[in-house]
Amino acid sequence: MDLFFDILFEGISIGSVLLIAALGLAIVFGLMGVINLAHGELIMVGAYSTFVTQLIFKQPFLKPFYGSYIIVSIFVAFIFSACVGILLERLIIRKLYGSPLETLLATWGVSLLLQQFVRSIPLAIGPGIIITFISGISIKNIVNTKFTNYAQKKYIDLSIWVFSVFLGIISTNSIALNISRLSRADSRNVDVTAPKWMRGPIEIFGETFPKTRLWIIFITLTSVIVVLIFLNLSEWGLRIRAVTQNRSMSECLGLSTKKVDTLTFALGSGLAGVAGVAVSLLGSVGPNVGQNYIVPCFMVVVLGGVGNLIGTVIASFGIGIMTDLIGAGRLISIWPDMPNALANIVNFFATTSMARVMIFTLIIVFLQFKPSGLFPQKGRMVES
Amino acid sequence: MKVLEIKSLNTYYGESHILRDIDLTVNSGEMVCLIGRNGVGKTTLLKSLIGLLKPKKGEINFNGNSLIRKEPHQRAKSGMAYVPQGREIIPYLTVEENLLIGLEALPGGLIKNNKIDNIVFELFPILKDFLNRKGGDLSGGQQQQLAIARALLGKPKLLLLDEPTEGIQPNIVLDIENAIKTIIKEKNISVLLVEQHLHFVRQANKYYVMQRGGIVASGSTSELSQDVIDKFLSV
Repeated sequence: MDLFFDILFEGISIGSVLLIAALGLAIVFGLMGVINLAHGELIMVGAYSTFVTQLIFKQPFLKPFYGSYIIVSIFVAFIFSACVGILLERLIIRKLYGSPLETLLATWGVSLLLQQFVRSIPLAIGPGIIITFISGISIKNIVNTKFTNYAQKKYIDLSIWVFSVFLGIISTNSIALNISRLSRADSRNVDVTAPKWMRGPIEIFGETFPKTRLWIIFITLTSVIVVLIFLNLSEWGLRIRAVTQNRSMSECLGLSTKKVDTLTFALGSGLAGVAGVAVSLLGSVGPNVGQNYIVPCFMVVVLGGVGNLIGTVIASFGIGIMTDLIGAGRLISIWPDMPNALANIVNFFATTSMARVMIFTLIIVFLQFKPSGLFPQKGRMVES
Repeated sequence: MKVLEIKSLNTYYGESHILRDIDLTVNSGEMVCLIGRNGVGKTTLLKSLIGLLKPKKGEINFNGNSLIRKEPHQRAKSGMAYVPQGREIIPYLTVEENLLIGLEALPGGLIKNNKIDNIVFELFPILKDFLNRKGGDLSGGQQQQLAIARALLGKPKLLLLDEPTEGIQPNIVLDIENAIKTIIKEKNISVLLVEQHLHFVRQANKYYVMQRGGIVASGSTSELSQDVIDKFLSV
């Protein structure tokens, strides 16, 4: 029985990291059909923003609240990644809708760009850019609704952006002056340490679990529930579903599909940021951290059935449990009298990287028989 | 009063010139029928009006505003509703959600309006029974009724209907015809209709005949002669 719970917990733990990483992609790739190879780097942006938030909370005036930095950083990471996502969508992906190969190449380029950005540019500039962007957009929205008819709109826009850039420079400078680690470029890995209340073991039903893992599961499940509620019960969710299913007709019914596309992409990117928080809790974070996640993320979404969030959830937990079964050599503990030859094979695959090989092989075999994944779309509308 | 006025509209698909100097007017409360054989550009004209296709030359005046530079969603918000050929119901949304999307054309959009006007259930009672079904699971006739209902919820001034009776069983065709007549009478909505059924065509006020991307004949439907029908419609 212990063994069963061990496998279940380890599996869910691995699966929840996969799930939180793939959730954003399930929206961007699954619903919108955009092949975003920069998704891993959006996760990295989330992880780095956790790091930056942590350093800011080490400042004397925020020190008393240090324990809560991880909660703040979830929101910070969501906003930062969402902003990067909005820029990416507005500047690049929007022009490439309908041409998947070009999107693939362009987003791959962006992923290299973002990796190099954190390597060779002081991290303090990142928050500056985001603050410039957020203040520019939000002031513009406030001003535009009040003075739409002004002829001097161009000058107003220009002065708003000048002001925002100024704001960005000020915040970059104040961060760089106070936190020396962020003031120069540094390509080494960074470490995020979880606050005390998140570390250490916890005992539930006589079993001990690492708290960090439980918190990651909690963050993942909360994100999934929030996303499902948002998509299925809110007005914006309805708009997103309408546009992703029939873009041109939604447009003809009065929906601004451009706005909805940007929002959908921002949501998917923001979730990648939240995944970054979870990833940063697992180990040190480097510019390449996203590369480890991008392929498994696509695998999870494809296996679950493109366009089906529940499928993504089940696929990632399934892969998690399988990874633990194979990677930790659990099969031998389940069946100790296994013939020698078989035991050798099991042992051969009982490492993390070999387990990955095995899982991908199994997924490929599975997709041969069910090409549209575990939960393909059904009904009268599929044929048309 | 003119609701819609099109002046020398020219639309291209890539290099091929589809619509050639179209002139057309729709007056308030009027039902105008566009007829012609397959492939003469009727659907292209409707798509150019709603904005799915961008005309190269010409003017579209709707309620005194020029629409030529506007996006489809802006045109929908200005009071033009489009019921396309093939209905284009959003397949995985329920009937109710499909209807809610129809409210998007109202000022403030979906956020400020969330009540489905009962009139659509009076016109198409069947929709009330199917509110929780997926739109894509309805039959062709039911989808057509849903598409018209969805268009009406945006309180349009002009309804663009592309072959609403194509491939639909005869009893539903009658329902749809009656519904459209009721709309015109009660709501003072103008209708621009593309139609093959002569029976339906005869109930319009005006007709325009299209051939090879241009308007070749027009007039009041009461004067639609067998000559015109033989010349431009029969295969």
